[in-house]
Amino acid sequence: MMRMLRGAFVIARRDFSATVLSKAFIFFLLGPIFPLLLGGVFGGIGARVASQTEQPVVAVVSSAEDYRRISAARERIADTLPDSMVVQLAHYSPQANSAAQQKKLLASRKPPIRAVLTGGLANPHLMGPVNSDSQAVGQLRLILADAKTAQGEPPELPVTATGASTGSMVKDRALTGQIGQMLLFFLTLLLSGMVMSQLIEEKSNKIIEVIAAAVPIDSLFIGKLFAMLAASVAGIIVWISAGALLIQLINTGGLRNLPNPAVGWPAFLALGVVYFAMNYLLLGSIFLMIGAQASTVREVQTLSMPATFAQVIVFGFAATAVGQPNSTEALIAAVFPLSSPLVMLARAAQQPELWPHAAALAWQALWVVFILRLGAKLFRKTVLKSGPRAKWWKVSRA
Amino acid sequence: MLRQVSSSVATPGLAVEAVDLVKDFGETRAVDGVSLSVPTGSIYGLLGPNGAGKTTTLRMLLGIIDPSSGTRRVLGHDRPLEAAQEIGYLPEERGLYPSMYARDAIAFMGALRGLTLAEGRRRADVLLTEHGLGDWSRRSIRSLSKGMAQLVQLLGTIIHKPRLIVLDEPFAGLDAINQGRLEELIRREARAGVTIIFSTHVIAHAERLCEHIAIIASGQVAFDGSVAEARGRLRPIVRLRTRVSEGPWRSAIPQDARCEGDEWVFELPEGGPEPLLRALLDGGAGIETLAIERPGLHDAFVAIAGNKAAAAMGTTGTGQ
Repeated sequence: MMRMLRGAFVIARRDFSATVLSKAFIFFLLGPIFPLLLGGVFGGIGARVASQTEQPVVAVVSSAEDYRRISAARERIADTLPDSMVVQLAHYSPQANSAAQQKKLLASRKPPIRAVLTGGLANPHLMGPVNSDSQAVGQLRLILADAKTAQGEPPELPVTATGASTGSMVKDRALTGQIGQMLLFFLTLLLSGMVMSQLIEEKSNKIIEVIAAAVPIDSLFIGKLFAMLAASVAGIIVWISAGALLIQLINTGGLRNLPNPAVGWPAFLALGVVYFAMNYLLLGSIFLMIGAQASTVREVQTLSMPATFAQVIVFGFAATAVGQPNSTEALIAAVFPLSSPLVMLARAAQQPELWPHAAALAWQALWVVFILRLGAKLFRKTVLKSGPRAKWWKVSRA
Repeated sequence: MLRQVSSSVATPGLAVEAVDLVKDFGETRAVDGVSLSVPTGSIYGLLGPNGAGKTTTLRMLLGIIDPSSGTRRVLGHDRPLEAAQEIGYLPEERGLYPSMYARDAIAFMGALRGLTLAEGRRRADVLLTEHGLGDWSRRSIRSLSKGMAQLVQLLGTIIHKPRLIVLDEPFAGLDAINQGRLEELIRREARAGVTIIFSTHVIAHAERLCEHIAIIASGQVAFDGSVAEARGRLRPIVRLRTRVSEGPWRSAIPQDARCEGDEWVFELPEGGPEPLLRALLDGGAGIETLAIERPGLHDAFVAIAGNKAAAAMGTTGTGQ
């Protein structure tokens, strides 16, 4: 046992140094920046395009006084919503030939007129290619109603700030749980793929032969898994530190604006790291077993596809439990070892009790030991095979 | 009758002992009942053509793979990995991490065999300097030439001062100068009492280095013994050139003597050289030249493993 652990340590130390000191690790650390940058760039482009596009306008053919009251009512609604979401208005004085004026306005391109409102406040009538139950028409109804009855400024509404209400917390915490679950899933999948690629590299350049002659092959399996786990924990620490720094710099936004998890941020983050480790060890073992069967990158891609799809299904299963932590589906997903870490992290965001986490971690640890042992056994039997490949159902006899 | 390596007592004087090792890969039998006895402190050659089962045999001896049946005992251990810290292994297909420094690659191999990283680095620097690679100690493996990288891996094989060194086709890919250096290194380790097993399909290397050999063909051991014993299986070859083409002397040479150009070639008859010489002189052969050649390992290999195996080796030996 000591020999095995010592060998695992030597391999883990080498893999960890090679991973953390490589250029690829810098890209790994910068990984989360790319989606943010892309989001920012495309969001900015979208906003610019939206702002530059001329919004369709409703032409208001009325007296100046009526338009003043209609416009004031619109501004009051625009105070509660983004301006771009509130129907745009333009004023036109009535002309002698009302029908001709309406026809001319509907054909206008500058500004693009969507509909024409005539009859002032007394007898309003809308004409144009709009449905009577559309959002724009609904807003116009509100604006006209407000314009008819408005007594000037809206009444004062004193506000007493309290903590989140139960109703809002359930929804908000589910969001925290969902975000945590997604991070856990994608990080685990990414790392499992990385550890598998490393194994293939070693298989192809035959270093594995030197290692297998010196230490039990279980050492290689466990050493590789834990090296990648340590590297990823280093990455997570960097990300969390960078995130905390960012939050300090930008006092609003980030975690400050995210709904507080039920167990509190410190416990949630600690549980996140532990559940990540469990999830990674379970999934990483499976991917390493797959890597042991393959001898080329192409084979790895083919073999890992079903496992990846299966994990996506497991993720989907776990995601259904978010928002209903005590439902039957959630309990089943919490018991199923491959979805348990994902479900329990989401639970930590929504339920304050800590004892289910202790039970779940013990249960998951049991499965980690079982799958590690099974994985190491299969790995040992298949990773150093040469000659014709044995049928998979004969592996146990190999 | 089958014998089995005793699970409790190692045979004195043997570093490695294997009995009836069999390895099946699916329906294919790669090794079929190989038995070997490697004397402690010897240089032991495993000869055979590609695909004969040499590498699979070595992998079983080292515990990289388990035999389908049969037993082996390495340095007194039934489980070879228990003796891993006393064994050095250079596989046929070389493997090093390209981004590692030369000294770190050697130290890593030492760490796998029980050395601390610091001690491994210290020894690596000494070894690299001794072998003319001191300036390359802190250079990455990918910046080394192929020969240098092979030397680095070989130094990694001996860094922990093993009692048994296993080299699988160690000369493959080396130029003549590096082959000479490697031969010298093998001899030096052997002089220090280390047992060395190496596989090769180049008979000349085995002939120059080995005291003991095993000839493997088609997964089976065709011969296991000393080089002298292998050569002793063949009678010396006589090459005779005479001035007289016909005469009574012809009855002195065997019926199956063959004529190669202007000389007769045949195995030395049972009685030895003296009766032959006397008969030739009495028969009026008019001896121009007469040479008695001791058979080389190549000839012994052909005789033992067959022409087909020798052709598969595709090599030359001293007998040629």
